Order: sequence, then C-alpha cells, then structure tokens
Amino acid sequence: MKTELLNLIANEVLVYTLMAVVPLLWVIPFALFAVWWERKISAHMQDRLGPMLTGGWHGWAQTIADIAKLIQKEDIIPTAADRKLFVLAPYVVFVGSYAAYAAIPFAAAYVGAEINVGLFYIISISSLVVIGLLMAGWASNNKWSLYGSLRSAAQIISYEIPVALALLAAVMVAGTFDMQEINRLQSGSILDWFIFQKFPFLFLAGIIYFVASLAEVNRTPFDLPESESELVGGYHTEYGGMRFALLFLSEYANMFAVSAILVTLFFGGWGSPFGSFLSGAWYFDLGWFLLKSMVVIFVQMWLRWTLPRLRVDQLMYVGWKVLIPFSFVIILGIGAWVIAAGH
Amino acid sequence: MDVIVTDVEKGRRPSTVPGLGRQLRSEEMVISMGPQHPSTHGVLRLELVVDGEIVVDVIPHIGYLHRCFEKHCEHMSNYQQVVPYTDRMDYVAAMSSEFGYVVAMEKMLKIQVPERVEVIRVIMAEFSRIVSHQIAIGTYGLDIGAFTPFLFCMRDREHILDIIEETCGARLLYNYNWIGGLSHDVKPDFQDKVREFCRYFKPNIVELNNLLSFNKIFVERTANVGVLPAEVAINYGASGPVLRGSGVAWDLRKNDPYSIYNRFEFDIPVGSGERGATGDCWDRYMVRAREMEQSVRIIEQAVEMLVPGDVQSAIPKRIRPEAGEIYVRTETPKGELGYYIVADGTASPARVKVRPPCFVNLSALPSMCRGSMIADVVAILGSIDIVLGEVDR
Repeated sequence: MKTELLNLIANEVLVYTLMAVVPLLWVIPFALFAVWWERKISAHMQDRLGPMLTGGWHGWAQTIADIAKLIQKEDIIPTAADRKLFVLAPYVVFVGSYAAYAAIPFAAAYVGAEINVGLFYIISISSLVVIGLLMAGWASNNKWSLYGSLRSAAQIISYEIPVALALLAAVMVAGTFDMQEINRLQSGSILDWFIFQKFPFLFLAGIIYFVASLAEVNRTPFDLPESESELVGGYHTEYGGMRFALLFLSEYANMFAVSAILVTLFFGGWGSPFGSFLSGAWYFDLGWFLLKSMVVIFVQMWLRWTLPRLRVDQLMYVGWKVLIPFSFVIILGIGAWVIAAGH
Repeated sequence: MDVIVTDVEKGRRPSTVPGLGRQLRSEEMVISMGPQHPSTHGVLRLELVVDGEIVVDVIPHIGYLHRCFEKHCEHMSNYQQVVPYTDRMDYVAAMSSEFGYVVAMEKMLKIQVPERVEVIRVIMAEFSRIVSHQIAIGTYGLDIGAFTPFLFCMRDREHILDIIEETCGARLLYNYNWIGGLSHDVKPDFQDKVREFCRYFKPNIVELNNLLSFNKIFVERTANVGVLPAEVAINYGASGPVLRGSGVAWDLRKNDPYSIYNRFEFDIPVGSGERGATGDCWDRYMVRAREMEQSVRIIEQAVEMLVPGDVQSAIPKRIRPEAGEIYVRTETPKGELGYYIVADGTASPARVKVRPPCFVNLSALPSMCRGSMIADVVAILGSIDIVLGEVDR
C-alpha cells in the first residue's frame, strides 16, 4: 500500500500520516459497534433485549447517542486532583493502545509499519498503557482509583510475562518477528495455522496467550482494576465526559488489538481457512482478518457475561504459578522439537 | 510506601513529600466504603483500615436510613396502621415482616384466624422468602463479579411478584397481612398460577446452581472466606442463613413453630463445609439456594391445603388490647425477627421494639473480616445479606 500511495502522492510525510490514520478509521467505528454489540450479547445471554429504541432497528444508534452525550458533558476535574496528570492520562492510555496497531497486519497489502520486529514492538509499546493507568489512578487523588491503578499495574506487568512467552513460542516456530512474514507462513489451509503446528505445544501457547491477554486488557475474570463492585470503577471513577470516553475507547481498542495478535499468530491472520478459496484480493484478506478477530472478541464477551471475578491473590497465582511455568514447558518442548526435527 | 497526606483545606497536595530523604515508613490507610458504594447493599458505611490489600479492621457505621420506625408506631392512631411501616423494614421480603407483626398482635388479642388465611399467609411468606433469597443470591453474584445470575434471579422474581400483584395490587410493599385477616382474598386462579410457578421455578434453581453455585471461580472466591464458627455465631446472636451456614440447624419454623408451620414437611439446610470450612461464605450462600427449594416444597404442600372461606371474618372491628406485653419471634428470610409490643389499654401501642435479624447478623461482620482482603469484605458482607431498611429501621 505504501508504494502505491507514494506513486500517487509523492510526499512521504503525507503518505505516512495517511498510513497511520487508517487503523483509526477502523478503531472508532469498531468501538462504537462493539459497545452496542456487547450490550446486545449480554442482554440475550441474560434473557432481556438490551437497547431497542435508539435509531430504530435493535437500537443500533445507542452508542452513537451515548458518545454524543459524553461529548456534551461538563468537563469536571476534581479539586484535589493533579490537573496535569489527570488531563494527560487518558491520552497516554489511548496512545499506548493505538500505537500497537502500527504493526498489526490487516491484510497482505496493509500493515502500518513494515518492520522486522513487529511483534517485539507490539509487546513493548503496549506496556505504555500501564503508565497511563497509573497516572489516571494517582492523579484522581481517590483511594479507590489508586487501588485500581496499582492493581492494574501489578496485573499487567505480571501477565506480560506469559503473554511474551506464549508469543515467543510462536516466534520459535516462525523464526521471525515480522508480523506479515508470520502471516505468510500460515497461508494455505486451516491446518497450516500455527495453532495446529507442533501439536499440542502451540495449541497450549494459544490458550495461554488468550487467558493472559484477557488479563492484559482487564476483561473478566481478570477485571480487578475496574471491578465496579469492589473499587467502584477503579482508575476511571473520577473521569467523566470525553476523557472517560477516551479511556473506554482505548479499552475496546485494546480488546481488538489482543484479538488481532492472537489471530495473526495462531489463526492464520488474513489468510483464508480454505486455501485459495476466497483469498487473494485485499478485501478478502481484510474480511477474514476482521471475521476471525470478531470471533475472538465474541469469546471475550461470552466469558465476561458468564464468569465471576478472581481475587487479587488468585490472579497472581494463576499468572505466576500456572501460566508462566506452562509457558516455559512449551518453550522447552518446542525447542527440543525444533532441534530434533531440524526445523 | 510513603503515605501522602492531602492538604484538605487548601485542596492540594503539600509541595514537599513528608518523609522523603529520611527513613521510609509505612502506614495503614483508612478508607471509607460506602454509604454510596455499590456493594454495601444500601447505605451502610464501612470504615476499612487497610494495609495494602489486607483489611486490618472494619468498623460498620449504620443509621443512614434510620426512619424512627419504633417511635412512629407509638404515634399511630391504631394498631393496624403499624403494618405498612413493618413493610418498610425488610422491603425485599415485606410479607415476612408483616407476618411477624400480625402473628404477635393476634396472640396478644387471642384471635383465631381462619384456616384459609393461615394457608395464604404461609404461601405468601414463602414466596417472599424465595424473592428475598433470589435478591441475596443475585446481588451476591454481582459482588463476586458475575452479572448474569442477577438477571436470571430478577427474571424469576417477576413471576412471584406478578402473582402477589394480582392478589393485593402491590409489588414491593404490600400491606397485605392485617391483624385477624388479609386485605384481599386471592384470585380464583391463584392455585393454578402457584402450581405453574413451582413447575417453572424448580429447573431454574438447578440452572442457577450450575451457573454460579458450583462455578470454580465462585467457589474459590467464597469457600474458606469469612469463616464464622458455630459458637461465635451463637455468641453474636446470629440467626437465619448466617447461623445455619455455620452448621446450626436452628429454624423457628421447626424449632418454635408459629402459624401452621408444624403441618408442613421440609428440611432445614445447614452448612457442612462442603467446599471449605463450615461457616464460610459459600456455606451461607448455599443455605439460601437450598432454602429456595424447601420453600417451593412448602408452597406445593400449602397450595393443596387451601380451603374456601372468608379471609376478613376474624378482623376485629376495634383493636384495643388490654394492658400487657408480648414478644413473638418469626423466621424471616434474614433470620429471627422479634416483635416486643407493649400495650397500655389505649388504641395505639405504648412501645414496639423490633429485634431485627440483619442488625444482629451485621454485628458479626468485623470478626469475620479481619485479616481478609478488600475483595473478601465485599464477599462476606454479601453473604450476610443485610437490608439497610431493617438494620436502621
């Protein structure tokens, strides 16, 4: 895509800006859609209807109306808050989650930045979110918010290790950090997907990544940082209006990002599951990629509306005593396999 | 960790952080949970003294919902007018609060109410027990972080409220049990509707158990948490599911039967430490889930006992008991509800004192919470199942 744009415009700055804006065109409509979607899913799981009026058909315009309301809201900063940090925090959180999109391959033709350490970049840049959350909790000058952000920091740092180790397992099979290259290696049929390679090691790695990624994005059963029944919303208690909307947006952006990484590394990314059927053109690539990601997001939502929440010590137990040792076993297993089989 | 003390008067932090550069010190933090906290089940305020995530002490502060119930009763122009006020104590199980009061007054006035009234009262009281436990279980799920069981409970609760609404026109505060009778007779299709509800509800209890009660995460969160040993529970005067969760089979419907409860066949579920220690949150929770099954059993028996009759035939024209006093206790969904009523020969009570089960059960909270984590405080409080309308009165 970059070369085509360069031929068309011949201005590098403009081209890079355009390339960077493209995921935003997806993230914002996605967040609007996903909030509505999650409300409908939860409603149907709970034997009710969810939004039905706004916009006519099944309340499709509900989130648009919500955002319109949030934009109009008065901008409140608590008197005792640390103003600078308070204002800055939502942007840091959003930048952290949006920056990860740079290396996510939406199609064979499009990835924001074609760098050969794409996965490495994603793992490191998404840690930036923690700083934003800590800033938000600290700046609110509210003890509950502080609890939320401290929990969040502890949780994200602990769960980054199994995330990185699980992804490393896939990288050991692929032999590259380049997201597009990892994707190309899985092209072909459904059986070429990494989730079915080196069975059962990568299969387990996929599960570990999925579980740990739930903790990374604060989804149930690991939604402790914002658990409304204990911490009254955690770090975003004191936020309102557009700042709250931004925190919310980055949460959904994060959800999509981790699903996209899971799909790219384990489920063939933009590749068609049926070989050459429905593949080749960029719109097929994009369609498969979004479809697979949405399935993963659906599972995330499904878990959220089914499971209770863990306690903070149980969360650490799962992270340090279950996921991390198993990831090490997987890495050892794959290492032995690669040495024995020669590839 | 340094604790930064906010300069509240000026509304900003002090420019220098105390203790920096000197030896680092750590301190316990006092944090206020409630009265506007979603998990305090009303306007309860808990003053938590915490060391990180560990709770060192809990001090409950009550009284935010105090409405002078007892004083109001003394100023009613007759005894009947007290009934709507009892509704507002345990408002999620108003039938049970009324029931206790009218049983006490009937005993004082030596009124024998007709068979039909007794049967309808028992059905309604058991309905309100199911409703109360549904709210307790549903909101307990919310406390633990599971949202869906709450809505399942609310869905089933609707069916009961519909039956009650058809009977007396109200869905929450009924004023249905009158001294000597009932405000309305039931509708002709009442029996069919009750039978249909029992058929509908039984599989839903199983579904609820599969979804929440035996869920691995739920058991992990509640088993071995907030253990209340039997002797401690007795010493605190706990009653209802809190006492039975600790393994003490004490239920006034069996141990000191009132109304016509001695005619029914039902079991008293008690906690046995199935998943953890006896008297933990899971036991208390499970007692409620199993009591719903037993209530359905009682309703199924009672609905077949319904005989024709006039529900208002025994209502006295004028209530003016002789000077004297009476104490009657009944088993509400929350525990032992006692009414101590003093009559002075006039038309209004000289004194009405209530022994509220929630208030007494709540007093055991600090002893259960010490040394647990913040998330456990929410779990323990939910397992006591308080209604602030009754705690504060």
